[in-house]
Amino acid sequence: MDRLELGLPRTAERRGGLRLLLEDREVLGWAMGAPAVLLLGVFLAYPFLLGLWLSLTDSRIASPGRFVGLANFWYLVGDGVFWLTVWNTLLYAGVAVVLKFVLGFALALLVDREFRGKRFVRAAMLLPWIVPTSLSALVFYWIYDSQFSVLTWMLRTVGLVEGHINYLGDPQLARASVIAANVWRGVPFFAIGLLAGLQTIPRELHEAAQIDGASPWQRLRFVTWPLLAPLAVVVIVFSTIMTVGDFQLIWILTKGGPANATHLLGTLAYQRAVQGGFLGEGAAVAVFVLPVLVGCVAAAYRALRRED
Amino acid sequence: MAEAKGRITRRRFLRDGARAASALLLSAWGWEAGRSPAQAQELTFPVERGASLRVLRWSQFVTTDRPIFEENARRFTQRTGVPVRIEYETWTDVQPKAAAAANVGSGPDIVVGFFDEPHLWADKLVPVTDLAQYLGRKYGGWFDVCPQYGYSPERNAWIAIPIGAPGATINYRMSWVREAGFDPDPARFPRTTDEFLRLCRALKARGRPTGFALGKAVGDGNVWVHWCLWAFGGRAVAPDNKTITINSPETANALEYARALYETMIPGVAGWLDPHNNRAFLAGEISLTNNGISIYFAAKNDFPEVAADMNHALFPVGPVGRPTELHLFSQAYIFAYTRYPNAAKEFLRWMMEDVQYSRWINGMLGYVSHPLREYGKLAVWRSDPKATPYRDAVARMLPHSYAGRPGPEAARALAEFVLVDMFADACTGRRSVRDAIRAAEDRLRRIYRS
Repeated sequence: MDRLELGLPRTAERRGGLRLLLEDREVLGWAMGAPAVLLLGVFLAYPFLLGLWLSLTDSRIASPGRFVGLANFWYLVGDGVFWLTVWNTLLYAGVAVVLKFVLGFALALLVDREFRGKRFVRAAMLLPWIVPTSLSALVFYWIYDSQFSVLTWMLRTVGLVEGHINYLGDPQLARASVIAANVWRGVPFFAIGLLAGLQTIPRELHEAAQIDGASPWQRLRFVTWPLLAPLAVVVIVFSTIMTVGDFQLIWILTKGGPANATHLLGTLAYQRAVQGGFLGEGAAVAVFVLPVLVGCVAAAYRALRRED
Repeated sequence: MAEAKGRITRRRFLRDGARAASALLLSAWGWEAGRSPAQAQELTFPVERGASLRVLRWSQFVTTDRPIFEENARRFTQRTGVPVRIEYETWTDVQPKAAAAANVGSGPDIVVGFFDEPHLWADKLVPVTDLAQYLGRKYGGWFDVCPQYGYSPERNAWIAIPIGAPGATINYRMSWVREAGFDPDPARFPRTTDEFLRLCRALKARGRPTGFALGKAVGDGNVWVHWCLWAFGGRAVAPDNKTITINSPETANALEYARALYETMIPGVAGWLDPHNNRAFLAGEISLTNNGISIYFAAKNDFPEVAADMNHALFPVGPVGRPTELHLFSQAYIFAYTRYPNAAKEFLRWMMEDVQYSRWINGMLGYVSHPLREYGKLAVWRSDPKATPYRDAVARMLPHSYAGRPGPEAARALAEFVLVDMFADACTGRRSVRDAIRAAEDRLRRIYRS
């Protein structure tokens, strides 16, 4: 019995100690945050740091390589294909994001009104976004086929063109074609995101502006836009990050051709690291995109803070 | 319902087709079974206790490939008790998967891949010299290109077993070739590059354009541009595997020839990937292209009128005066991390032995051309004359690294489409011939220097 009496208080003491420890807000905070930190560390920080390290080595597939400093980056600086790819990426992301924003904003304004079937239209609007990219890319693969394109067939039927259209064989046309496919897929993201923002703007503000004699354009310019801008920045930044990192669409449609005219940094990195076997150089290609993405993240962070 | 006399009905077609197929199979089987292969001491590898195997290979191009391959594997399991799991990937995705396995040291025991994959991770593989030598002795020897792909000078050993090559030939519509004033018989098909160009021009003049892929077509694009470059004596690199030799009058001649050929092509080829020419040919949009036997195979199943009117011929020979073909060379290799190297070698031996290999190649209608000389006697090369031109694909080919050797640099040049881009630039006029060569030279220098 003595033993039992002595044992219980010890356990209770231990439990009490743990409880006391967890009652410390700082310790509890770390304990609660630890799983998330662990997940972020394993699945985000480790691959990111590994990528950075690889870009500083001459690693090839199945060989660890050795530290070569900035040699991979110097190699890329003198590489014409790499600079063409940088240009392609900037053009692709710049044009596509602007078009997606303009079209998405217009669509959001349209569906922000009251009309019959509003919910159905809003749900249908999301379809291009929720269809897997590889699937929509395959559809565009057929739409852009140089011989069997349904688009060409329609244009020929109405007499607008004769012969075939070389969608993916001509560098400029290929760039325009892949941008169009990206825009089609990305517009719903903007539309839904901006629609959510539009719906948070109190109707009273519009009514007050209307009573003051503001035109629809003035209401958009001086009421809607200032309130929507922080959210719009976030949507634009997220879309830019996703567009810069695009891979599937390009890989299925052109594999970066013709003559590298549609290569993006993601596809070039894959080609060099995995298909070519030069892991270090491929990682360096991927790391080059970092400043752009860091800038985007900083912009998003600032916008979010302003929104707060 | 009675069949009309002499009229081909669907039922009659199926019945007669089944009889013909059975006859072919039986005759092939009889030949394989009755034949006595070259005298060689039999070789078997003692399979490890409790062994099992994972095999990664390319997805089938023709529908008969997979069932026969799996049946052969099943018989191996019955004979040895070793379960075999076969995984399939699109052929261009095998290398990334194998690369991941090589990097992490875990994955399939055996990979059936392409070109110089084994040389990218040569030190991670099980040497298979004993098996390669045994097969070579037993089946009349390997064709010349095989040791270039399968043997590693660094390891002083065979590191892969050549499986064969999905060969490519010139696919053409016979009636249109005849209309253009040429004999459609493969034996009398244009044999020189000059004569071939005349045929293509004549076809184009009659509204029957040709089509050769100039986009990032890993198979079809690489195959025809390498043939064209080598046919005129051009080559990317010297035998020392260091000196870049692409900037030469021979390369310029090859590009000028390709430009002339490009004028006979259908618009859009600059964006073509591998499947485009198959579709265009089957749809009657083009009269002539380069391809494996898969177009014919598909035509026999779904477009019998196209199958009846098409044929295959060897690539013409250029000014160098000898065949200069490239085919999609496939070989199997065993990762050293496997716990069952003997079982893996025994599996490869079994699959390459007469009955199994013959059944596989015959069943695929010759989609894969054999790497061992003795298999030139396979039934498929005699049963359908339209398949015969594929018979000597491996015998006639050069390695893609020519005149260098397979390895990381050659793999990278191929992966980056350096030569395809050079031809596309010159053909489409994006660059002059001289500038296209210089751009390729610059890229090759960087690749071979790095």
